[in-house]
Amino acid sequence: MRVLCLVMALFLLLAAPLRAQDRFETLAAGLSGGFGAQVETVERLGALGDARALPLLQALGEGRLQKRADGTLLLEQDGTVVEAVAGTPAAPGETVRINNRVRAALRGALGRLQLVAPQEGARLQAADGLFRSRSADNIPLLEQALAREAAPLVRARMELALAASRLVAADEAARRQGIEILSGSGSAEARSLLLEARAANPALAAPIDAAIAAIDARLQIRQAAETVFQGLSLGSILLLAALGLAITFGVMGIINMAHGEMVMLGAYTTVMVQEGFRGVPWLAPWSLPVSVPAAFLVTAAVGVALERGLIRHLYGRPLETLLMTFGVGMILQQAVRLLFGAQNREVVSPAWMQGTLALPGDITVTQNRLWIILFALVVLGLAVAAIRFTRFGLEMRAVVQNRRIAATMGIRTGRVDAMTFAFGSGIAGMAGVALSQVDNVSPNLGTGYIIDSFMVVVFGGVGSLAGTMIGAFTLGIVNKLLEPWAGAVLAKIAVLVGIMLFIQRRPKGLFALKGRAAEQ
Amino acid sequence: MKAGTLYLDGVSVVFDGFRALNSLSLVIEPGELRAIIGPNGAGKTTMMDIITGKTRPTAGTVQFGDHDLTRMDEAAIAELGIGRKFQKPTVFDALTVFENLELALKAPRDPWSCLRWVLPPAARRRIEATLAEIGLADRAGARAAILSHGQRQWLEIGMLLMQEPQLLLVDEPVAGMTDQETEHTAALLRRIAGQRSVVVVEHDLEFVRALGEKVTVLCEGAVLSEGSIDRVQNDPRVIEVYLGR
Amino acid sequence: MSATTAETPRLRPTRALILRGLLLAGLLILALLPLLNRLPPDHALHASDFIVSVSGKWMCYAMLALAIDLAWGYAGILSLGHGAFFALGGYAIGMHLMRLIGPRGVYGHPVLPDFMVFLGWTELPWYWWGFQFFPFALLMALAVPGLLAGLLGWLAFRSRITGVYLSIITQAMTYALMLAFFRNDMGFGGNNGFTDFKELLGMKLNTAGARAALFYAALLSLSGAVLLCRHLTRSKLGRVLVAVRDAESRVRFLGYSTVSVKLSVFVLSAMLAGLGGALYVPLVGIINPGEFSPGNSIEAVIWVAVGGRGTLVGALLGAFSVNAVKTWLTSFAPDLWLFALGGLFVAVTLFLPRGLIGLMRKGEER
Repeated sequence: MRVLCLVMALFLLLAAPLRAQDRFETLAAGLSGGFGAQVETVERLGALGDARALPLLQALGEGRLQKRADGTLLLEQDGTVVEAVAGTPAAPGETVRINNRVRAALRGALGRLQLVAPQEGARLQAADGLFRSRSADNIPLLEQALAREAAPLVRARMELALAASRLVAADEAARRQGIEILSGSGSAEARSLLLEARAANPALAAPIDAAIAAIDARLQIRQAAETVFQGLSLGSILLLAALGLAITFGVMGIINMAHGEMVMLGAYTTVMVQEGFRGVPWLAPWSLPVSVPAAFLVTAAVGVALERGLIRHLYGRPLETLLMTFGVGMILQQAVRLLFGAQNREVVSPAWMQGTLALPGDITVTQNRLWIILFALVVLGLAVAAIRFTRFGLEMRAVVQNRRIAATMGIRTGRVDAMTFAFGSGIAGMAGVALSQVDNVSPNLGTGYIIDSFMVVVFGGVGSLAGTMIGAFTLGIVNKLLEPWAGAVLAKIAVLVGIMLFIQRRPKGLFALKGRAAEQ
Repeated sequence: MKAGTLYLDGVSVVFDGFRALNSLSLVIEPGELRAIIGPNGAGKTTMMDIITGKTRPTAGTVQFGDHDLTRMDEAAIAELGIGRKFQKPTVFDALTVFENLELALKAPRDPWSCLRWVLPPAARRRIEATLAEIGLADRAGARAAILSHGQRQWLEIGMLLMQEPQLLLVDEPVAGMTDQETEHTAALLRRIAGQRSVVVVEHDLEFVRALGEKVTVLCEGAVLSEGSIDRVQNDPRVIEVYLGR
Repeated sequence: MSATTAETPRLRPTRALILRGLLLAGLLILALLPLLNRLPPDHALHASDFIVSVSGKWMCYAMLALAIDLAWGYAGILSLGHGAFFALGGYAIGMHLMRLIGPRGVYGHPVLPDFMVFLGWTELPWYWWGFQFFPFALLMALAVPGLLAGLLGWLAFRSRITGVYLSIITQAMTYALMLAFFRNDMGFGGNNGFTDFKELLGMKLNTAGARAALFYAALLSLSGAVLLCRHLTRSKLGRVLVAVRDAESRVRFLGYSTVSVKLSVFVLSAMLAGLGGALYVPLVGIINPGEFSPGNSIEAVIWVAVGGRGTLVGALLGAFSVNAVKTWLTSFAPDLWLFALGGLFVAVTLFLPRGLIGLMRKGEER
């Protein structure tokens, strides 16, 4: 007896796929029947959950399903006709017609069948669709699909859809289960579903409230994470803009009001490189990486000319230097305006910088901003390394600390001044490359950054690159934290006022040099 | 505490871990003339900075009479009657010698009073007397920018006198002066003391000897030795510090 | 004042006389301009409407230049935000002029200016109260810049922020104000600002008589400002200012509170700039947030630098000459003007640190 049972079971197990095949084929035949039969067939195919039904139903909806006089179904695809079940080529037949009732049934069935579609995207979409349409009928379907699903992202969405469907189930235990699962999600949609369910289920108010609270907490974390990212992004831009200034102003004590124009020149170098590469298809994607050294060289050259030609004559007279460099900035701006026109120039982002990146916890970040953050940190690292570990950096520090003694040691201080200024200007140029990705490239690009850059340098502590970095990121994040309730302009004003008050308490910035060295 | 007494007790100043003053204690009686000597980095200038409010002590008491100097700013301390002559003479180049003295003259210092200020005849005579005393009577109308180094030192001393301070702090007054000028300065400082207290920081031991008063030796931010110049010069610890070990 | 305490910029008596003569001649010509305007157009001495209107404007600029010179040339406070004080003075009078439009606006609202009706506001914000009275508006044109300068100066001077740091902070101030005034919901007309004024003190603004009256008001104020600054810079306070400019810490050790000295002159300077702005707005008939742009303030600084800072005549000379060149150049080669202005910044700082007046003084040094 037991052996018999075993044999039976084994047989059943082996026969199951066979029978499913049979059922699909026999069921599919119903599609060639009358409208009533079609509706019934469509619904049953949908419930069956066999992926092979998908192309058939799609063809039916799009008027590509045909039938021969004997009732065999044919599928028309791109002008060729094949037998729907067997897949062998066949002569065209008569198109199967449908009415609105069938169409309605098709929509439901297709939605369910998409759950088992071979493409991940389609399955994801189907899960989202079921999540929104939520009906208790979908529960078995989703359970089936979940059992087969391997992709984690799709699984997560299916689970959500399943939970949403359970929320409207007749069985209270199922509803509780749904609530519990939804409480683990962090989407605003789940939250509104729960709110709806709360009105319909007064008895379940307590667990629903707990679930909503859990979702809120998660949403807040996500929002905070996104704000921090935006702040980091703004901070990285401030850092790039301020880093060159931290060297020319912070280290050398030269106040360069044309610093913003150096950034602008860097951005225009990017435009030039891009236009130069336009004709050469294999070079075009490399225009941005090539722009970085190009912009550094261009602005460094302008910096050398500016320092040797003009600024050098005004050493020790900071207010005059300020006015003079402002004039230089004006001339550079006007020259660019005449050469390139006053309108904004377009800089295209390469493909690898476009799009968004999804991080765990539903946090999405734009790729170009992520690249800029990385770029800013790399540039900072290079600047620090250049100052700490190179011969040039050593000479620069020597000249800054004691010009006369450095000169007696054989350091050509004039050359070091020029190189340091060129270095700071070059970094400004590299900042321009990055800014061309997020801001309009126009002749007055730099004016918007000069005050911010000074604030960052002063806030961080003059002469400290680490202070500049922390200053930039702090200001970026504070700005973005204030924005939601103060608006962009007021947030900016608040930050400016805040810095002024901060300087009251610590006139030398966050990272102040103390003691005798700072007294001079 | 007696008015006009300068009293420093346990004063320490730390810059980034470096102890510029290390629990320094010092009392200057009214009318006393005191010379302060010490090797480089002994804390002489920092001590002056503490007394005049330029630097705040990390710990300790600084009092002038009953006034707590650590709570006052430079201007208030100067108004209190503590005048300072810097190591590097600082006079106002764009103003004439006369105007420099007029600015230093003891008078209401608020902007409104300055705006309505008219020089009274008595004050004019005082300025002229001071001009004569510092040997600049014939340069009264000249801009300070064109004075020689020695003349600038004198002008600054003159400005100190115009302030009528109770306590004068004088940092290296004879640096860059000829022997004759040095002698003249010593005589002047001796004359001033008696009416007011004078603290002179100096490297020039001959000058200190010429002053002939009590000497304090600072070393590493604290008092090393105190007494007459002869006593101090024979103190083995002082010899060790000055001549090295 | 004693004979030995001659004025700070020491000019040889003849040159001082020449300068004083030039100054008086200039003021006299200005005083005659509206009268010459009445002569028939073909008369040799006829002054065109254009000349009269631009010189009115320049007088307001000259007051701004005086204000900057007082702070920078004498006290060493290089403010890159004086344009903000000028603009605030202008906005105060602008508010008065807006209130006087009354029901003559496009929307015909009896009290609210057009832009408020447009924004759907139903009530006048509290900070607009009182501006229907001219004396109040004039008071505000002086008090608001003065208070702002007082607050900023108190914060900055107290913590010993000097030199370029102070300059950058003043620039940030005018930049922040510009951003604020561009906002519609600030209640100052957003980026359109105020315009379409109708009358002032009972005069229709578009009449020749009103223009002449405003012109003389500007001339009187300018002359008064010159006299005030002259008195101040020749007083002991003026000498204290110069001392602060050259060696601030030394002044402190003399017992002067440099905070109050600098603060008082900075506030006075801001009020002077505010008065300039208050006269400027009825003359040109418009005020908008562009006046707050940092470029405006720094351009005004260069007038003073060109003329010669530290002398009152220099500030006036600079304001008039640079603006004359600007008017002339922008009329036929507007592209060149910014090059010229930028070049002026470079040339003056490198070659003419004492400005045009310094040219006259060459050879007198030492």
